[in-house]
Amino acid sequence: MNLARDHRRADVDRRLSLAWAALASVEDPEIPAVSIVDLGLIRGVDPLPDGTLEVGLSPTYVGCPATEVIRHSVAEALRDAGVGQFVVTTVLSPPWSSDWITAEGRRKLKNYGIVPPEKSAPSMREVLRNSRPVACPRCQSTETECVSEFGSTPCKALHRCRACLEPFEYFKCI
Amino acid sequence: MSAMPFGRADAPALFRYVLRLGDLSLVLGQRLGEWVGHAPALEEDLALANIALDLVGQARLLLTYAGEAEGLGRDEDDIAFLREQGQYLNAVLAEQPNGDFGHTIVRQVLIDAFQLELYERMTASTDERLAAIAAKSVKEVRYHLRYSGNWLVRLGDGTPESHARVQSALDTLWPYTVELFAEDELDRTMADAGVAPRLSEVHAAWVRRIDEILAEATLTRPNDRAHSWHGKRGQHSEHLGYILAEMQHLQRTYPEARW
Repeated sequence: MNLARDHRRADVDRRLSLAWAALASVEDPEIPAVSIVDLGLIRGVDPLPDGTLEVGLSPTYVGCPATEVIRHSVAEALRDAGVGQFVVTTVLSPPWSSDWITAEGRRKLKNYGIVPPEKSAPSMREVLRNSRPVACPRCQSTETECVSEFGSTPCKALHRCRACLEPFEYFKCI
Repeated sequence: MSAMPFGRADAPALFRYVLRLGDLSLVLGQRLGEWVGHAPALEEDLALANIALDLVGQARLLLTYAGEAEGLGRDEDDIAFLREQGQYLNAVLAEQPNGDFGHTIVRQVLIDAFQLELYERMTASTDERLAAIAAKSVKEVRYHLRYSGNWLVRLGDGTPESHARVQSALDTLWPYTVELFAEDELDRTMADAGVAPRLSEVHAAWVRRIDEILAEATLTRPNDRAHSWHGKRGQHSEHLGYILAEMQHLQRTYPEARW
C-alpha cells in the first residue's frame, strides 16, 4: 500500500521535472533570447486528482498575438517530453507583471540588447511625467530618450541613446 | 430558488452588462485600427495599433465571458461578427469618427480614464472572472492613458493651432461622456450585486483625473449637457453601422470562414 503510494508520488515527481525542463526550452517567439519560464509566464504545474498535469499559462498582454503561438509551443514541448496527460489553462489572476521576469531572464534580455523593465510600478504623476531615464544597453549612458511608448511588440517601447546615437528597445514596465 | 451560476448576478443581466464593457473595447479598437498606415508618424501608427490590439484583446475576454453567461453556445466570434447594430451595447462615444489626430487623442483620453477608474474598482468585483479581467486590463489601460494624456498635454499646451483643435475636439466629444456615467437599471443591479462599482464613484474619480490632465494641457472642461444617445441600450449614432459593415463583411460573406 505505502509502496504503491510512494511509487505514484515518484512518478508524479518525475513527470513534473520533465514538464518544467520542457517548459524551460520554450522560447518567446518574438524574443527568442528568453524562455517563457524566464519571463514568468508559467504560473504553475500541478497534478490534478486524476493524474493530469495542469499547466497555468499567463499572457503578457491580452491582445498579444504571440500568446496563441506560445500555447501551441507549450503543448508540443510537453507532448515531446512525454509528460503524460496534461492540460494548459490560461491564468489571468493575479495578472502577469514585468516584475516576475527572473534575474536570469533580465540578464538574457540585456545580453540580447533589450533593456529589462525596472521594478516597482510608477505612480500616475510619474507616469505622466515620463519618470526616470533608462540606461543605454550599449554604452550605459543615461542620456537617452523615449522615441515611442510602443515598439515592435506589445511588450516593448523604443528608446534612443543621445550619447552613442543607437536606438534600443526597453521592456515595458507593467 | 436555485443557485445562480454566475456569482450574485443573474445570467441575462450579466450578459448585457459584460457586452457593454466588451463592445466599448471592441468598437474603440476597431476605430483606432483605421489609423494603421495613416498616422502622422510611424511611432504614432505603432502606438495606436498597439492600443487597438490591447482593446481587442480585452474584448475577446469579455465577449467570451458574455457568451458563457448567455449560455446559448455563442463564442467571441459569433458575438462580435454576427450581431446587428441594435444589439451592440457600447456607449456611443467609442464609435465617434477619428477626425484629426488631436480629435482621436481627446476621445482616447476620455475613454482611457473611464476604463482606468472602472477597472481599478472592478478588481474588487464579487464576480471573480470580471475581477480577473479588470486586474489584467487595468495595467494596459494605465499605459494607454500615459500615451494619450502625454499627447493631450503636448497638443493643448502646444501651438495656438494645436490648442484650438484639441479644445474644439473636446467641446465636440464632451457631451458623449455623459452617457458613460448615466446609471440605469442594469448598472444599478450590477452595483447592488457588487459585480460593478457605482458609476457615481467612477464619475467622481474620472472628473478628478480628467481635470488634472486638462489643467496641464491648458484646456477648458466643457459643461455637462443632457444627452439623447443610448448606445448602452442599443440605440446608436449613424456611425456604428459603417464600422460593423467593415468589421463584419468577411464573416457575413463567407460564414464560418476559418484561418
